[in-house]
Amino acid sequence: MSKRTIAVELATPGLDPQGRPARIPLAAGVGPLEQYGEPDAGEHMLINIGPQHPATHGVLRLVVELDGETVVRVIPHVGYLHSGFEKLGEYRHYNQIIPLTDRTDYLSPMANNVGFALAAEKLMGIEITPRCTVLRVIACEMSRIISHMVWLGTTSIDLGAFTPFLWAFQERERIYNLQEMWTGARLTTSVTRVGGMMADITDDFVAGLRQFIDTYPKTLYEIDRVLTRNAVWVGRTQGVGVMTAQEAINYSLSGPMLRASGVPYDVRRDQPYLDYDSYEFDVPVGEHGDVYDRYLVRLEECHQSNRILRQALERLADGPVNVADPRMILPPKSRAMSDMEAMIYHFKQVMEGVKAPVGEAYVGIENPKGELGTYLVSDGTAKPVRWRIRPPSFINLAALPKMAEGHLLSDLIAINASVDIVMGEVDR
Amino acid sequence: MKRVLETKAVSGQSPNYLLAKAQDLIDWAVNSSRANSLWPMPFGTACCAIEFMATAASRYDFARFGMERQAFSPRQADVLICAGRLPFKLAPVIRRIYDQMPQPKWVISMGACASTGGIFDNYAMVQGIDTIVPVDVYVPGCPPRPEGLLYGILLLHKKIKGESLFDRAPRRDEQPLDERGLRLPPEQIDEISEPFGNSIHQFRSG
Amino acid sequence: MNPSADALRATFGGAIARAAESCGDTIVYVDRAALLAVMAWLRDTPGQQYDYLVDVTAVEYRDRERPLEVVYNLRSLARRTDLRVKVELDLRGDLAIDSVVPLWRGADWLEREVYDMFGVTFRGHPDLRRILMWETYAEGYPLRKDFPLRGRFSRAEQVRQALNANPEAHYSMEELSIAEAHDELPPDMRERLRRGERDKIPYSE
Repeated sequence: MSKRTIAVELATPGLDPQGRPARIPLAAGVGPLEQYGEPDAGEHMLINIGPQHPATHGVLRLVVELDGETVVRVIPHVGYLHSGFEKLGEYRHYNQIIPLTDRTDYLSPMANNVGFALAAEKLMGIEITPRCTVLRVIACEMSRIISHMVWLGTTSIDLGAFTPFLWAFQERERIYNLQEMWTGARLTTSVTRVGGMMADITDDFVAGLRQFIDTYPKTLYEIDRVLTRNAVWVGRTQGVGVMTAQEAINYSLSGPMLRASGVPYDVRRDQPYLDYDSYEFDVPVGEHGDVYDRYLVRLEECHQSNRILRQALERLADGPVNVADPRMILPPKSRAMSDMEAMIYHFKQVMEGVKAPVGEAYVGIENPKGELGTYLVSDGTAKPVRWRIRPPSFINLAALPKMAEGHLLSDLIAINASVDIVMGEVDR
Repeated sequence: MKRVLETKAVSGQSPNYLLAKAQDLIDWAVNSSRANSLWPMPFGTACCAIEFMATAASRYDFARFGMERQAFSPRQADVLICAGRLPFKLAPVIRRIYDQMPQPKWVISMGACASTGGIFDNYAMVQGIDTIVPVDVYVPGCPPRPEGLLYGILLLHKKIKGESLFDRAPRRDEQPLDERGLRLPPEQIDEISEPFGNSIHQFRSG
Repeated sequence: MNPSADALRATFGGAIARAAESCGDTIVYVDRAALLAVMAWLRDTPGQQYDYLVDVTAVEYRDRERPLEVVYNLRSLARRTDLRVKVELDLRGDLAIDSVVPLWRGADWLEREVYDMFGVTFRGHPDLRRILMWETYAEGYPLRKDFPLRGRFSRAEQVRQALNANPEAHYSMEELSIAEAHDELPPDMRERLRRGERDKIPYSE
């Protein structure tokens, strides 16, 4: 049985003499569970949570075996949203797969587009243009912000705070507007193409993003003020669902889950893709590996994304977005309709697709949920033999039984929320 | 209200006329109450659930249309909003949720995947939830914008206001599954699950 | 080429069938009998330290003559290096391979997924069941190339099977501790558990 030595003073923290919010003293505590005696063996109860339950963040189903209110075992059942993405990908051209990637992790569609495009380009040996690189960084970081916003909103609802949800969704709406300005869609963006982007950004977009960067941290500070030192929040998250660094590596956790456990591994910094190695940003790393640290890591990542976005806007230089290869990139509609050669290229790309050489490529990118890997195997035709998504939240979720064991049922909800799952990606 | 109160010239009319007016009045009262305080049961599975949440959040706020209270329990819900794709593994779940809802109940199918299977014309996906449960309003889009969902909800309001308690054939009977365990005849399911558009070209691998 | 490939050849000799490079990634083909030994060596040897299992998946080619490959992506977090290990399984033989769950707990669900989608059996896996499809799924292994995109059964039959499935049918009493007490349950309860759990759907076609 796990020990709970979290200390909570059940009062709203006041201000210290300097006027800063006072930290909650970690002193008076809820005693360890042992003091109530050893739980009875045998009198166990089975509870089924989901697949249709507001706290499971989608159609996850948990079968929980309880001893009193203590979780003895929890068995997640996934697959309720299995949509056959990988099978569909074998019947699609490379560019036709990009709309599918939107719908896997639908909380950060743009980052998924980038992940797939990078893998396809690695497979085909394409070098993308500098402007395209910057645009993709912007796409990735915008996705990180909105994904973490959903996580913050839904998790705070799970733990009883409704207000941050409304704040978070207001920020999301602002990013939605930007995404719509860029791609025409709020959610299913399909923004990349193999060798470039679907569209270039406009000056309005740059102005809008700049305004967003300037004003958005205010919301983060507000959320920070409401949650970080909130007695209820601290009490329900600290010391809950602990994964040590060793366990986190053994369970193949990635992303904020891995870093909250104290493993300083961020794909952006340690195996850089795009040109992340030239950006200045910090990788927040947790210490205790509990739900609270995961929250802190994600909150800080939002700030760091903001930093990266600011730098990206600085280095946004004029230039072509797509590679200068007419076999890869669709000609503009006006040329396809007036120029014979452009029309032939257009026809061949749409009907036959772009052929990839025989080979295989794996690209992992740092998605908001963790490392999103795209593994493509080609046999020389225009459709991949295998399109494999390495789903970060699927692998993170596999550690849930380990994390929840010995905690209370209400902690299970907090732990499940802290994994930041999105069922579209878990089940694919 | 205005239409119902225009009963000044009732003298000399047949008794049936008066009865009809009384029925109108009852229908108006019942239907307005039903339409304007719908309790949605959000069956959110995929991308559409995110747009559903956006519809519920501050900017679009469907509480303006009487949907303040989201019923996460089917036993207290009026309208089932299926937001997102529905794989076969989830089919018995939505059927059970539908069966658990008390009458009167309505179903909104939100998004292309719930309505037709969308781009997922494959082994895992139900090709339209109307093969499982009866659907009142289909909202197109992948995913639909919040405005689209709100429009669908308003259409449902319109539909509810057109119903009558005094129809000869009671429209609000439970529609259980038949002895095969299906809602529709197998031929009909096969027919509405056929691939459409150009997706037949994508059938072959290679 | 990743130097680990040469080190593996020097240590295991014939068990390493060949090494290749594709798009800058090193791929080592390992004999299936030696898989666990190779993986343990890669994980624990100083200088290799592939302590992080990125992914387990499988690839079947459109060419029916080519074997099915089980693919392991390994990473050394300390050295920031990746290595891909592949095991080839003949499609005509039995698709069975040793599980790496004793080395990495993270492989648990990944191997279950490969089993679910490709029908590869992992020997020594603690809990090898279907994970994405339901347990009584009768149509086969979806990601195999001989599996049609829309499945083997007609749409009506698929809907019928789905609707006739019992949503509670996946409690799987064996995996819960009540299974230990199963023999002591009264006969009617045992019967109910049995009916509620499996073979609810008679296979047809």
